[in-house]
Amino acid sequence: MSTHLVVRTPVLSGRVPVRSVAVAVLGGCLLVLTLAWSIGAGDFPIPLADSLAVLAGAGDPAHRFVITELRMPRAAVALVVGASLGLAGALFQTFARNPLASPDVLGITDGASVGAVFVIVSGSSAGVLATGISALGVAAAALAGALLTAAALYLFAWRRGIDGTRFVLIGVGLGAVMTAGVSWMLSKAAIYDLPAAFTWLAGSLAGRGWHEVTPALYALAVLGPVAIVLSQTLRVLQLGDDSARGLGVRLQVAQLSILLVAVCLTAFAVSAAGPIDFVAFVVPQIALRLVGGSRPPLISSAILGALLVLLADTVSRVVLPTELPVGVVTAFVGAPYLLWLLTRTNRKVSA
Amino acid sequence: MTRLQAVDLSVGYGDRSVVTDLDLAVPDHAITTVIGPNGCGKSTMLRALGRLLRPTVGHVVLDGRRIDEISTKQVARELALLPQAPIAPEGLVVRDLVARGRHPRQSWLRQWSADDEQVVAQTLDWTAMTDLADQPVDQLSGGQRQRAWIAMALAQQTDLVLLDEPTTYLDLSHQIDVLDLVRRLNSEHGRTVVMVLHDLNLAARYSDHVVAMRDGVIVAAGPPAAVITPDLLREVFGLDALVIDDPVTGKPLVVPIGCV
Repeated sequence: MSTHLVVRTPVLSGRVPVRSVAVAVLGGCLLVLTLAWSIGAGDFPIPLADSLAVLAGAGDPAHRFVITELRMPRAAVALVVGASLGLAGALFQTFARNPLASPDVLGITDGASVGAVFVIVSGSSAGVLATGISALGVAAAALAGALLTAAALYLFAWRRGIDGTRFVLIGVGLGAVMTAGVSWMLSKAAIYDLPAAFTWLAGSLAGRGWHEVTPALYALAVLGPVAIVLSQTLRVLQLGDDSARGLGVRLQVAQLSILLVAVCLTAFAVSAAGPIDFVAFVVPQIALRLVGGSRPPLISSAILGALLVLLADTVSRVVLPTELPVGVVTAFVGAPYLLWLLTRTNRKVSA
Repeated sequence: MTRLQAVDLSVGYGDRSVVTDLDLAVPDHAITTVIGPNGCGKSTMLRALGRLLRPTVGHVVLDGRRIDEISTKQVARELALLPQAPIAPEGLVVRDLVARGRHPRQSWLRQWSADDEQVVAQTLDWTAMTDLADQPVDQLSGGQRQRAWIAMALAQQTDLVLLDEPTTYLDLSHQIDVLDLVRRLNSEHGRTVVMVLHDLNLAARYSDHVVAMRDGVIVAAGPPAAVITPDLLREVFGLDALVIDDPVTGKPLVVPIGCV
């Protein structure tokens, strides 16, 4: 039984399942609590109530300083990157009608890794090309790598339309090529460049702040609302190409815009924090199982993505004896939860 | 009168032409069925009529205008199209599938008007799917599933409905069930239906107008009794058959003797 909230005014009308609203609201509350915990915890602990007060715009000046200057930037990276990856994963999976279609599986994050690792390892062995690219910085190289890989994916997968299965297979192939490229560069790299490269490859928020998050934040602020607008097309597109066109969808325009939004969200997120594995893959499926229905919910995926990354980073920073890259923790947190959901709901993995 | 017609239509994939120089005027408010052997181009022609395929030569005309010059959304308000064996995503419930049929009449601000709600409820009722409205489509039987898809096309509220082999994979009683529904679409709502069917006896029984195709051209078109004859069956299907009066409907009934 599905019950819906119906909004109806003379200009605007819409219908959302009550469950999706409930999941989004609960997820949002958990997110605020986690954020308060995250910015309160550390060498200078701040009680939860005081953190919440700072979040609400009040609070003690010392607390305000520690939070806004020291801890909030990193938490903001976690929020923006997590939300972008969750949203991008939901878009990819619905678009390809395949839960495997996430940017980590499609090779897009691997493309970002090629760009980033190239800059990291070529810093000391400067050729002309390497210096040119290095000047752009790791983040810009990662962004370029992701966008180029996505462009290649689109060109190879397009045959009078995009078939979900071929799209995924070509993505897996591209990912293998990119991974090989990364391995090759690592094997040739100077030994003192390796720690930086491996830390980037695991996806880490250590030392990230406003400077890294700003481009990703702008991307999310622009593309998030676009994704919500595209949602109406997405729900018709999932009925198959023929049915969608029969219902008045301009297939090429719709497919290209959805892909573009998902790819840019991924590229900016990965360039800010490295390839945080598993978020884009697992979060939409978790959101789908919590909300029910036939496709991953966009807003809940974004909220849960932000929650997962922030929680994983805070656990890594505060609870674990040694700090691990956040990507390692998201895999440890996300994978068992997905497995548990899969065995519990007795339902095939679907987009 | 005819709202939908094909003019000098040729459709192909790459160099291969599947439909060649075809002219067809779809009679309004009637059921037209396209018959012919496998690979004769019937589905291709239907897809071109529904603007899913771009003709290589000629064009499809809707209300006196070339269909490729009308916006996709505008076409979807005039013409509904059900592809062959459509697959609903897992977890999608019947009510939501039927609601998707309202897409051409919705905008981003108007996503769920009182009209939408009323039409979906009426459609569910009319197709006897109200009790199944909250069931996932993928858990229905084949016949119920096809009913749900037809309900979606009905909720689109178009005068023209194109159905590509609506009875594929159904057992006989469900075939009859689906085609009875199609006939009510025509008799109670005055919808113009064009469909592709494999079964000649069902085509004869449910159609006002039959179009027989072979090798991408129309061989004969007219009322079932005029088209479904022993001569035509031999020519189009290579089938030696008796055609007798169906004792139930009086329409032609094909009794195969053997292949020619």
